[in-house]
Amino acid sequence: MFKYFEPNKIFLITSKAPRYVLFLFIIVLSIGLLEALIFSPEDYKQGDAVRIMYVHVPSAWISLGIFSLITLLSIIGYIFKIKNFFLISKSLAPSGFIFNIIALVTGSIWGRPTWGTWWAWDARITAMLILALFYLLYLFAWRVFEDKDSVFKATLIITILGIINVPIIKYSVDWWNTLHQPASINIFTKSSIDISMLFPLMIMTAAFALFSLLIFLMKYNTELIKIKNKGLDRL
Amino acid sequence: MINEILIMNGYGLYVWSAFIFTLVSFATLYFVIKNQYVKERNKFIVKFGTLNSERVSLAKSQGMNKEILSNTSSI
Repeated sequence: MFKYFEPNKIFLITSKAPRYVLFLFIIVLSIGLLEALIFSPEDYKQGDAVRIMYVHVPSAWISLGIFSLITLLSIIGYIFKIKNFFLISKSLAPSGFIFNIIALVTGSIWGRPTWGTWWAWDARITAMLILALFYLLYLFAWRVFEDKDSVFKATLIITILGIINVPIIKYSVDWWNTLHQPASINIFTKSSIDISMLFPLMIMTAAFALFSLLIFLMKYNTELIKIKNKGLDRL
Repeated sequence: MINEILIMNGYGLYVWSAFIFTLVSFATLYFVIKNQYVKERNKFIVKFGTLNSERVSLAKSQGMNKEILSNTSSI
């Protein structure tokens, strides 16, 4: 099954895909921005400040999702010795990190009008900051280690340690008394968010997911060409 | 109407700065990654140009090399 993950075969698809993904991203983002900034209603309590949710929440979701995926790929890649999984993980990390930073900054901006402060050492916010540090460590490890085995081991350890933080981020609002509000959207139970707000939130999430796919494809292609450059030296 | 969208009942500064920060982050990351891609691709093209005919035919036998050299792989 893993032969389908061979870079030579994948590149034929990944090299052409970014332009289509970019086109789709621009369309979905434009609809999302119109919905988020103009058509969606204001909140009865927070007023228009609630619109920050449309960039803050998708960013947090995607940064958590990408870190979980990186961990899963690193573990499978290490067990089954699939180097390409490490390359995919490396290519996913930049967008995951940027989304983490966006979640922190927009959360801080949102905190000012709603809580009256830019920052609080609240359980969820602090855990998100720790996740950003794990992303940084992960990206740093790829720069520091030159030997493949060392970088695979180092990044695996970083992701395994970092993944412990992910359920803490998710459940921190239930486990501790925090400033951060509990989850408004649940997959298994009824969400407390109205459809008029859920719709733009889903569109913005789709747009952000497309952006991370675009960055992933561009970074992955760059990494493959880097390998091919080394291959030309050996010809 | 435009004033309403800009001011947002006093929350405009917060809302717009959050959205602008997000979009600027997107643009920055996009151009950084694109720059890395173009640099690596140009390096590949230069290296390919220095190969002798025997090595060129060997390198061209790999589909991925052809794909990198073709314009279709540009973003």
